[in-house]
Amino acid sequence: MSLIDNINKAFDHRIRLGIMSILMVNDYADFKMLKELLGATDGNLASHTKALEKEEYIKVEKQFIGRKPNTRYSATKLGKAQFKKHINALEKLIGK
Amino acid sequence: MEANKYLNDITEIKNIMNRSSRFISLSGLSGVLAGIYALIGAGFAYVKLKDTSASNYENFSGKSSSLWGSDTVSDLTLIAIAVLVAAVITGFVMTLKKSKKSGEKIWDSTSKRLVFNFAIPLIVGGLFCLVLMQQGAAGLVAPATLIFYGLACVNASKYTMGDVRYMGLAFIAIGIISTQFIGYGLYFWALGFGVCHILYGSLMYYKYDRN
Repeated sequence: MSLIDNINKAFDHRIRLGIMSILMVNDYADFKMLKELLGATDGNLASHTKALEKEEYIKVEKQFIGRKPNTRYSATKLGKAQFKKHINALEKLIGK
Repeated sequence: MEANKYLNDITEIKNIMNRSSRFISLSGLSGVLAGIYALIGAGFAYVKLKDTSASNYENFSGKSSSLWGSDTVSDLTLIAIAVLVAAVITGFVMTLKKSKKSGEKIWDSTSKRLVFNFAIPLIVGGLFCLVLMQQGAAGLVAPATLIFYGLACVNASKYTMGDVRYMGLAFIAIGIISTQFIGYGLYFWALGFGVCHILYGSLMYYKYDRN
């Protein structure tokens, strides 16, 4: 059952999977970009980013562009490593 | 049942990774058309140069600077601008169409990144070519445009279909070779901007656009 162990519960949702996928291939993404790519609502996306932030899989930076507040997300080292493990586990499960 | 869900997850991950980092609505067909415009333009330029003076032709974009500043040059510049404008408009319209079809936004972070990274080597190359002309090395302008365009493609390939990288490398190779054949810039231009564009454009059309 060690295979199942590698399936990370924190990623077990379409939106969270999407957030991590985007942050794996981009240095950073802002809230708007995540929203557009994933087709999620503000509240929905915010709760998922918060959950990933709590696990310390993503880093959140708040800043101002001119006068507009802008929230920027990036994946942490831990997050990237965990996500890779998760994908490997998924691939093994399919391969069976 | 479970395995199916995981398979969906993997597909979704790949899809989002591609969509978020690469602008994939670039139209292959517009590359082919750009190549055709370039060949037509090269044809006009060739006729123009022959008309002007057959004996002077060897010196086109060559060592003599007598050609520069003449009517021929302004005609050639007009041809070049016409080709450029036609190619850019065609590319834009066809890419817009394709992006509408695939539901990708034409001006989002991926396309911005693509344009920006494509523009850096291109603008530097353009300025460098102006300097070459200023310093009387006009013969190196044709190779320089090919090389810098190639570099622009290589640089941009990280943000769109990876195949653009190989087209860029082809341009760089043609540009380097053409430095050894100063005075035949027009032929190398036709080979690069014409033939290369058509070749890679149709390749990409068959690979991505056909369905």
